[in-house]
Amino acid sequence: MVVLLRRLGFYVVTAVIAITLDFFIPHMIPGNPVEAVINSHAGAIPPQAAESLYAQFGINVHEGLWGQYLRYWDNLLHGNLGLSISQYPAQVTTVIHSAIFWTILLVGAATVVSFVLGTTIGTVVAWRRGSWLESVLPVSTFFQAMPYFFLATLLLLFFAQDLQWFPNHGGYEFENTTIGFNGPFLADALHHAILPGVTIIGASLAGWIIGMRNMMVTVADEDYVLLAEAEVLPPRKVIWYAARNAILPSVSSFALALSFVVTGSLLTEIVFSYPGIGDVLYQAVLGEDYPLIQGIFLIITFVVLAANLLADVVYVFLDPRTRQEA
Amino acid sequence: MVTTVVDLANAPVEGEAPEVTRKRRVAWLPRSPKMIVGLVLLGLFVILAIIGPWLAPYDPGKIVVSTTQDPSAHHWLGQTQLGQDIWSQLLVGARPTMVVSFLAGAIATILSIVIGITAGYVGGWVDDVLSMIANVFLVLPALPLLIVVGSFLPKGDSANDLLVGGVIALTGWAWGARVLRAQSLSLRNRDFVEAARISGERTWRIIMSEMVPNLVAILAASFLFTVLYAIGTYVALGFLGVLNPAVNWSWGSILFDATQGQAVVSGQWWWYVPPGLCIALLGTSLALINFGIDEFINPRLRAAGLSRKVAQRAGVPRTPQLGFTPVTRRNRAASTTIAEPAAIVEVDR
Repeated sequence: MVVLLRRLGFYVVTAVIAITLDFFIPHMIPGNPVEAVINSHAGAIPPQAAESLYAQFGINVHEGLWGQYLRYWDNLLHGNLGLSISQYPAQVTTVIHSAIFWTILLVGAATVVSFVLGTTIGTVVAWRRGSWLESVLPVSTFFQAMPYFFLATLLLLFFAQDLQWFPNHGGYEFENTTIGFNGPFLADALHHAILPGVTIIGASLAGWIIGMRNMMVTVADEDYVLLAEAEVLPPRKVIWYAARNAILPSVSSFALALSFVVTGSLLTEIVFSYPGIGDVLYQAVLGEDYPLIQGIFLIITFVVLAANLLADVVYVFLDPRTRQEA
Repeated sequence: MVTTVVDLANAPVEGEAPEVTRKRRVAWLPRSPKMIVGLVLLGLFVILAIIGPWLAPYDPGKIVVSTTQDPSAHHWLGQTQLGQDIWSQLLVGARPTMVVSFLAGAIATILSIVIGITAGYVGGWVDDVLSMIANVFLVLPALPLLIVVGSFLPKGDSANDLLVGGVIALTGWAWGARVLRAQSLSLRNRDFVEAARISGERTWRIIMSEMVPNLVAILAASFLFTVLYAIGTYVALGFLGVLNPAVNWSWGSILFDATQGQAVVSGQWWWYVPPGLCIALLGTSLALINFGIDEFINPRLRAAGLSRKVAQRAGVPRTPQLGFTPVTRRNRAASTTIAEPAAIVEVDR
């Protein structure tokens, strides 16, 4: 428990740092960020939006940087991330709210499938080392190096454009479906999610395979595995002993992997015009919607931190040593 | 006394003929086929980055009126909607893509050496603070952060390779620092470091001439990994349009133009497949080299990578009967020698 509390403390500190960065980056760039925004939109910004921008960035307000920073925190704690420029006068939180669940479901499901599948394949490849299964490794290396959006584009081209097995954009059919918890909609949403999901799984699978296989090969030389074999335990059980120990680095490297997965799935969503946070981010970048970009950074950070905390809980569950320490 | 990794590798292994030892001394790197393929591929891209801009038949930004966008004898990869020559864009784009990625890798590696080895060697509260900072940067989602930074940068700076590389490096050093810290922790108490400390060497000198040479293989792996990360990030920033495509001629920006030009829907594969393939191949080359280094660092991986034929010749049982140890302890040294004449490195001895 102490371990988890310490981790929780760390994530709170990280969140504070992220929020602080989010505040200070616009202030570190030379020039007046609001002027830059207004100029680049060439008069397309409604006066009220400009006013709210000034208020949000704390410019023209007769306060020091510290006062602005406190005001920023105050807004944030009231759930106020400012107004979106490109979808004015929508609140940034509203825009993000309608998109984030698509992303969490898609990325969450794909990551879990990828982790389970990759770890299993890695275990099997390590167990049968020296056999033809080893050829999985160079192939997965290629996939690992392949950019997500390129894989996404290829899948889109073959399975949606040419074969027309799957829809080529969107997260659901606008016609004939009502959004909600009903059969047709869920089936339709699943149908739309397959290609983006396969992209994320395909691109992230290799990392789990290689990580697990390498760790498994290393663990297989440990004395307790030798002992298990000497006791003529069934192979299944021996693998279980080794795998339980080999999986630990995979779980603890989850943080690093997740950063890659998030990056990749943002791009994947853009290729498939999936109605998630990636597509919103893309539109925000194209529309130079600074409040929205900053808000998305914060929300993604919070979700990633929560996922990491979850991975830590799993780790504590898997590794008794962390529990003993407490 | 400076003990390099290569010295460790050349230490004679029990029960081996001396001539094998001599052979090993020549070069361990290009022996692995993965390594060779990776190095050759990378070499091609380096050459492309150097001579690409001179080979380009047109100015990549030159706008001409054109009736067709399809590939032709004059425009091998067709043209954008503005009539810009895509082949020229591809050739010119190699340089910024490579320069930014390697720059970012170099800066991040220097940062990770300074922070990681300092944390591992000095220890105490310095270690706590530095590890904390590294972990924060490891957990923060890098791309969204970079988009926030990039979107506030003045437009003209998108072509400033040093600035873009530096910003990417700021988000990419943490992994290397963590790995290096772990290794320096185990190196710190070795005899030769102890000896240097007792003889009164200054801390930075111990770090630079006693620790760093022993971390070369890990440093190389961490550098390549960071470059790989930088390529992905740089391309993503270009693809998203965060880097102004009017001044930035990277492969990512070509893909941005292709997306904006509806290239996928209209079947103009010659527009986005070549840059995408180049990125994938460049990434693969780095990953392959990294694989080779991994096998060097951890000899168990190499012994496991025996092909069936080689394993048979080495007397390793063909089918794994008892779970995980087909390569038995008795045979490992021999089999390693035959598969790849490189030494067994016991990192933790």
